[in-house]
Amino acid sequence: MRILVDLTKCQGYAQCAFLAPDVFTIQGDEALTYDPHPDGAHLQRVRRAAAACPVQAIRLEEPDGQDGWPHPATRPATAAPVEDSGGTFRRTGRIVIVGASMAGLRAAERLREEGFTGSLTLVGQEPHEPYDRPPLSKQVLSGSAPLEDTSLPRRRDIRATWRLGMAATGLDLAAKQLHLADGSRIGFDKLLITTGLRARPWPNPGEAALAGVMTLRTREDAATLRQHLARRPRRVLVIGAGFIGCEVASVCRELDLPVTVAEAGPAPLVAALGGVIGAVAGELQTDNGVDLRCGVRVLSLEGDATGQLCRAVLSDGTTLQVDVAVAALGSVRNVEWLADSGLACGVWGVACDAGCRAFDANGLVTDDVFVAGDIARAPQPMYGYQYLAVEHWGNAISQAEVAAHNMVSGETERWPHLEVPKFWSVQFGTEIKSVGVPSVADEVAIVQGSVDTKRFLAVYGYKGRIVAAVAFNQNKWLDFYEPLIEQAAPFPPAFRHVDESVQARPEPAGFKPAVSPTQDATVVVTGHDPNERRARLTNTAAGETPSRRPAESTPRLKEASP
Amino acid sequence: MTEASIWEQILDFSNRANPYPFYDELRRTPVTRLPDGSYLVSTYAEIAALLHDPRVSSDISRNPAAAAAGAAAVGDDGDGPGMSPTFLSMDPPDHDKFRRITMRHFGPPATPGRVAGMEARMAEIVTDLVDTMAAHPRIDVVDDLAYPLPVTVICELLGVPPGDEQRFRVWVEVALQSTDPGLDPETQQKKRAEAGRELRAFMEELVEAHRRSPGPDLLSAMVTDDGPEGRMPDEQLVSTGLLLLIAGHETTVNLISNGALTLLRHPAELQRLRNDPDLAIPMVEELLRYEPPVHFVPFRTALDDIDIAGTTIPAGASLTLLLASGNRDPAHVTDPDLFIPDRRNNQHLGFGGGIHLCFGAPLARLEAQIALTAFATRLENPRLVSDPPPYRPSPFLRGPAHLLIDIDGVAPHQ
Repeated sequence: MRILVDLTKCQGYAQCAFLAPDVFTIQGDEALTYDPHPDGAHLQRVRRAAAACPVQAIRLEEPDGQDGWPHPATRPATAAPVEDSGGTFRRTGRIVIVGASMAGLRAAERLREEGFTGSLTLVGQEPHEPYDRPPLSKQVLSGSAPLEDTSLPRRRDIRATWRLGMAATGLDLAAKQLHLADGSRIGFDKLLITTGLRARPWPNPGEAALAGVMTLRTREDAATLRQHLARRPRRVLVIGAGFIGCEVASVCRELDLPVTVAEAGPAPLVAALGGVIGAVAGELQTDNGVDLRCGVRVLSLEGDATGQLCRAVLSDGTTLQVDVAVAALGSVRNVEWLADSGLACGVWGVACDAGCRAFDANGLVTDDVFVAGDIARAPQPMYGYQYLAVEHWGNAISQAEVAAHNMVSGETERWPHLEVPKFWSVQFGTEIKSVGVPSVADEVAIVQGSVDTKRFLAVYGYKGRIVAAVAFNQNKWLDFYEPLIEQAAPFPPAFRHVDESVQARPEPAGFKPAVSPTQDATVVVTGHDPNERRARLTNTAAGETPSRRPAESTPRLKEASP
Repeated sequence: MTEASIWEQILDFSNRANPYPFYDELRRTPVTRLPDGSYLVSTYAEIAALLHDPRVSSDISRNPAAAAAGAAAVGDDGDGPGMSPTFLSMDPPDHDKFRRITMRHFGPPATPGRVAGMEARMAEIVTDLVDTMAAHPRIDVVDDLAYPLPVTVICELLGVPPGDEQRFRVWVEVALQSTDPGLDPETQQKKRAEAGRELRAFMEELVEAHRRSPGPDLLSAMVTDDGPEGRMPDEQLVSTGLLLLIAGHETTVNLISNGALTLLRHPAELQRLRNDPDLAIPMVEELLRYEPPVHFVPFRTALDDIDIAGTTIPAGASLTLLLASGNRDPAHVTDPDLFIPDRRNNQHLGFGGGIHLCFGAPLARLEAQIALTAFATRLENPRLVSDPPPYRPSPFLRGPAHLLIDIDGVAPHQ
């Protein structure tokens, strides 16, 4: 029996933890963790838990592989196939999905739900069937859930051809072929790109190769780190205090391991939440015994004669005796294989429209190439139509559903992807949850609760409008702020409400001076950093019939710059 | 008919058996202003939004209608005249703190296994109750199953000695009668005050007894064991004890008897449950949607002007959220008037929502699942003696006063 809880939806009502206490656990006020693959003996209790969830966030897979308690789709499927989208395509078309993780699997399920009966191929670089990543930095690391139990439950039989352990190496749009690492090619009628992210490695390759130095992104990473932690290292060094770094530090303290967090910025989570709320996250760490060092860089990692990490030298002049170092330095988008495809892609992701259709480098929308998940860079209507890639779990699901729907739907039946971004993190028994995009804000106000008790709700504003809200152990109120974000309601909020905070006066949110991607940029769709002020276009030669073609066969490349 | 007169129809006892057509009418206007200046909210999306809206207060001292009524109604919460408010009628941060202090001995994170651990005992109680029915061709589902199960469970959980139930039952009954809108306000207040006095004396005695000789029960833990946030003041221990005792069974009585009635009206679904007892799990959720024990949440207060569904609810106005109407809102649920025991994605308002979501929900769910499974699998050929049955007076804690059925016998316990 496999379980998946949509923690984006979860409001911490704890009904599941009451009814199946061996499977679902509440930490602190409302942070839920669970065993993703509980013993079958718990089946009845798990069913009770799933039925009782007030927001219906628990999905189960029955032992026979069928979904006994189906998770609701975000929207109903279109009733009848639309002929102008090609009823023939729905019946006999060929769809290839590159990237066999959450977004890829959900898109495949959605395609079948929508009545797509053609051939479906899933290509994944990792050798595993799709698995869930959030438990890797929490339950798996702490040892409360075995690694192999994180495979995603299946909603249905997707009748797909799986090409796992196989990297995609190139895309020939003109020939409609995907190139694979073994030299083979797969033809497609429509393609969905969900290749996502990989962890950014420790930049010094020699040091990165030391035993004990690692990143945390994949199942293998989690297994290795789990083994290291189980051997009870003298001290763990976490390099970078983003969400992964903070969660690793939290698990270390849960296991009563000494841990140092070295963060170059002024506080943890500054990139995501800004300096003001980041400082509160920092208090969570120090209150729980983390040796948190902000404004500090790791200068070098040193190994012993056997190649095992033993020391770290920090920019604050200290040397730490450490056996394990986790480089939590963010991630890199898996776009390299698309470099010559002619698509609008770069380190920021693959640009697409609101319906997940990829753009080519000239900003022309493709008909048959779609993109979803961490790698998809789409215009955000609530944020000035900036092209933003959203690296959140819930976004991968909702974009996959929209992409899949649009792949088999006619022009007038297509959906835009307009979900307000949401994320959550569980660290030090506190649930941190967010709606909107805090990082675009210039100001923040703590409107409800108090930071002293680590129970509060912060609202973020940009130029006098609400753009996000973040809750620490207060997530039942977030639903109220979502429509305020959609409506760009005035910031700071001026209404009277319960639990008014004494700290409600707005203050600078404390983000690094933001680059507005659209401000003064020459061309943004291509995926270059707008600061570079350049664009790579793929013009056709004079006299040729304009057509979309891969970059390598394009006669003339133009580098635009100011 | 105006909305105000529709509301009068809902309160009218003669319509107690079927208020749903009136809810249908009310939902044409999601937010309704009544002549007394209070507002009714009848549609799902608006109710759900207001349950999560920090501009809506549950603090009874801020509510003009509650002040006019003298006090909150006993039965929904323990609060009566002169009684210290419970977390049910507080706002954060006090609400959160006292709910946590109470939850500490009842559920996760500190006591996660308590409710699930009572499953075997609940099954035992139900088995005994049903065994007793074998000798009687005519039984009252309310008196013989729906009432004794939850009252026994809550008494054992709280540590109320067996036999004391006879003492508080009569006062709870009086308190519930006091919520009957058919009575004049003076009589309502008098009944409420009388019941409140007696119940408070009962609970004070109980609290004192548990302090002197604590047992493994919840009340003992609450009066002796301090968590990180300390203990409740004595006054509040008494009112919270009453809240748990009364709300801990009065609503579940209605859930089980409404459930039995619904099954008897849907013989095919009763047969399905007989064949597949696990169907009770989603079925109880559907009952909470289709025939919820709590029909509305009164005495919420707007702290600011709230624009919702084209209406502005002014600051200071009293709000009543019609949970049972929201549950049948066709904009939220397909075929809302059909009873579909295995309905998918059943997000209902049966237990409210937001920070005040019913404290005892997991207990009620488990009790109802066990009771209704036994009802379906063990009673032979159950049939209603009268339909509709006689109803209890309260329009907001709605359920049959009695539910007489004839049976051919009782199947042995499996």
